[in-house]
Amino acid sequence: MEAAIVEAVGLRKSYGKHEVVCGVDFTVRPRECFGLLGPNGAGKTTTIRMLTCFSPLDAGRLTVFGLPVNAANARAIKSRLGLAPQEENLDPDLTVAMNLLIYASYFGIGGAEARTRVAELLAFAELQDKADDRIPTLSGGMKRRLILARALINRPSLLVLDEPTTGLDPQARHLVWKRLRELKRSGVAMLLTTHYMEEAAQLCDRLVVMDHGRIIAEGTPAALIAEHVGRDVIEVATGDDPAARARVEALCRPLGGRVEAVGDHVILYLDGGRDPRDALAALAAEPFVHRRATLEDVFLTLTGRELRD
Amino acid sequence: MTTGFLGDALRVWRRDMESWRKYYKASLVGALGEPILSLLAIGYGLGRFVDIDPGGAGLGYAHFLAPGILASAAMNAASFEATFGSYTRMTEQKTYDAILATPIGIREIVAGDALWAASKATLSGIAVLLVAVGAGLVTSWWAVVLPAVALLIGLVFATMGLVVSSRAHAYDFFTYYFTLVISVMYFFSGIFFPLASLPAWARAAAWCLPLTHAVALSRACAAGTIDAAAVVHLGVLIAVLLASYALAVRWVGRRLIA
Repeated sequence: MEAAIVEAVGLRKSYGKHEVVCGVDFTVRPRECFGLLGPNGAGKTTTIRMLTCFSPLDAGRLTVFGLPVNAANARAIKSRLGLAPQEENLDPDLTVAMNLLIYASYFGIGGAEARTRVAELLAFAELQDKADDRIPTLSGGMKRRLILARALINRPSLLVLDEPTTGLDPQARHLVWKRLRELKRSGVAMLLTTHYMEEAAQLCDRLVVMDHGRIIAEGTPAALIAEHVGRDVIEVATGDDPAARARVEALCRPLGGRVEAVGDHVILYLDGGRDPRDALAALAAEPFVHRRATLEDVFLTLTGRELRD
Repeated sequence: MTTGFLGDALRVWRRDMESWRKYYKASLVGALGEPILSLLAIGYGLGRFVDIDPGGAGLGYAHFLAPGILASAAMNAASFEATFGSYTRMTEQKTYDAILATPIGIREIVAGDALWAASKATLSGIAVLLVAVGAGLVTSWWAVVLPAVALLIGLVFATMGLVVSSRAHAYDFFTYYFTLVISVMYFFSGIFFPLASLPAWARAAAWCLPLTHAVALSRACAAGTIDAAAVVHLGVLIAVLLASYALAVRWVGRRLIA
């Protein structure tokens, strides 16, 4: 088996007395897209900061490209890393093309080579027509694509994406996903954090769910769904009437699955492998929706429904 | 492309230069206009009422004033860039964060940004020098080193400004720095009157200010009186530069890498 791209063992990080990453283990393998999921404050961004040399670890072992992450190796690691951060940090005073050219220079890439790469990446990000525009004139989707293009200027062996599509409209999001799938096919390993379960399902080969600084589940999207939720989900609308809710809950309970009342719905997560037809027949008189279980169900099952700020 | 510390610092410098090119006209008017106006208004306007000739050689007040204006112009240009400019890059624009995701580290970012602020200081110094030469206020060939002196003064105040920026949490914070540090130096570093006219304790205090040494060194170069004292001024400026650079690297690093 090839050497791992990222190997984290017992990773810990505290800010003051507050431990935000409390013993995290994971491995990113060559050519895979690895997802880091979790609600706000789960420790995802801190984990990413550690492996991109922005945050020294308090304890544990962390290697990137086989090199221990420390001040001495920062340069060697970062020269092979592409980082698309969560917060937009493009250079507002420079044009789109200059943003890429100047960024190339930070990696020691200049001259004709830099111009070739910039032209390629502008095409990749569908920003050819915007080459001479300044950053404040770009839309959110264009800025995201430019950040992604910028992260690729050094042809990285590992691309780190911190919430790559947050705040984008569906068209822009699908374009970013398409580009990320192309990159994956070309063999670039990726580490991705996201709030969007559909994004994780679309892109990730394997993922971990983090909460309160710990990893609480790990696997492929399909395996996680099968393990934590099952296959079929039936949602019954009950309105605000507590009597109706109690009646539907009573109806669902013997059907073989987990029953959860959420606001004006009762949700039945059928046990894996159970034929949904019996349950559907039993609930035929109710206003229900029958759907496949998703990663979102896994996420909410594991991390609960309370708001995180 | 060159590699190593200086190569990387120059890449950061180039980034600053490229983004400045958009506004260079307004920036030049601001950086060059003020010191030149001071030199003309105070040197010739006020100077006609100043009876003394502190510069000696019967050349008058403007001759005394010009090297000090050069030094203070360099100080101001570098201080503004390393506070308002660098702070914006460090916080609002997150330019430093973007660069830190590449092989370039904190030391090179601080050096490149300081070099850029010092370049603007050099430009201001050269403008004052040209006016002074045109007005016949420069009497020695040693004046050819004044652009280099302006660069050194620029580096000193750029690194000091970066130290302040690394501790700032809002632009308002710089009001303290400019009022309590930069303005005090502007008025009490021997630009407008000879330090000899101060009481002994005030003179001793004035020699603790880096600008006092900058003014004295500029004056020595403009007049061609390079002596042991000038070497001491040079040494003090280099020492302040090294100390504030080290502190800036440490504190900017602590702010960004945590």
